[in-house]
Amino acid sequence: MTRSIDDTNAATGRILSRRGALTGLGGIGISAAAVALLGGRENLALAAGAEPTQEDITILNTALSAEHEAIAAYQLGAESGLLGQGAKSLALTFQGHHKEHADALAATVKKLGGTAGEAQARYDFATDGLKSEADVLRFAAGLEKGAVSAYLGAVPLFADRELARVAASILGDEAMHWAVLRSALGEAPVPVAFVS
Amino acid sequence: MRIPIGLGVAAVVLLLAGAARADTIPGDVELGAGLYDRCLACHSPARNRTGPKHCGVMDRTAGTLAGYRYSESMRESGIVWTAETLDAFLEAPRKFMPGTKMTYAGVPDPTDRVDLIAYLATLREDAEACR
Repeated sequence: MTRSIDDTNAATGRILSRRGALTGLGGIGISAAAVALLGGRENLALAAGAEPTQEDITILNTALSAEHEAIAAYQLGAESGLLGQGAKSLALTFQGHHKEHADALAATVKKLGGTAGEAQARYDFATDGLKSEADVLRFAAGLEKGAVSAYLGAVPLFADRELARVAASILGDEAMHWAVLRSALGEAPVPVAFVS
Repeated sequence: MRIPIGLGVAAVVLLLAGAARADTIPGDVELGAGLYDRCLACHSPARNRTGPKHCGVMDRTAGTLAGYRYSESMRESGIVWTAETLDAFLEAPRKFMPGTKMTYAGVPDPTDRVDLIAYLATLREDAEACR
């Protein structure tokens, strides 16, 4: 049984508001972090004794590819006709976060001299099983859970620790998405003490 | 079309050998299916995504799946995916194969890898998840 999406949206608003208060950056936490990264990365990298590498660019581009797919997935959900207004609002809010992630990652790749990957013209999602709002929310929750694992697996690989910090910041955002979606599905929002 | 008996028998033997190998891989398939959640940001059984699909991965030569753009290092590795090579790769993909697009630190727990590989071995082309 799903919880009221309006309740979930209110909870999300509180979380995002608190995140803004913690960072002092309002709703632009990720972009601002990326701007800080891009503006002062060279000095930070020197201080840390670690230059970004081609490997770092590859990691960023892989993350960018997954973010592009997440944006498309939320678009699919929003246009499915299966979501009520509350769930649709939630989906579009989370899609907006993924767009910010993608913008930050693409800008960073370019700043480092790489070529940022483009979104595919179309994505092949398994839509046969999407028959209800809960199905769409569960589909999104699965993608977010996977994204948490993907960022967790990527963070230790960065040579540049400042890039790792930004990736960890995105990881935290994906984990909140996952928790909110689980809550909307009537599941324990945070089922475990550690993510893997 | 008539298939020479010898060729037909050989094909059946190869198919049975493959099925037997998948069925005899150790590990807990159910636990492996749960661990596969970690892969779902980039992979799925039946569809190429950020990473290639996994249906039919066992015994496939790395970097040869049609329709997916692999890294040069994967294409040129010549590796065949078996329980042993998957175990080595999944432990630390970028150490095992520098240049791979799989930007994931790895699955450090050997038991987790065994379970995950047991699940991957069930993803034969005729498996329900692959239809």
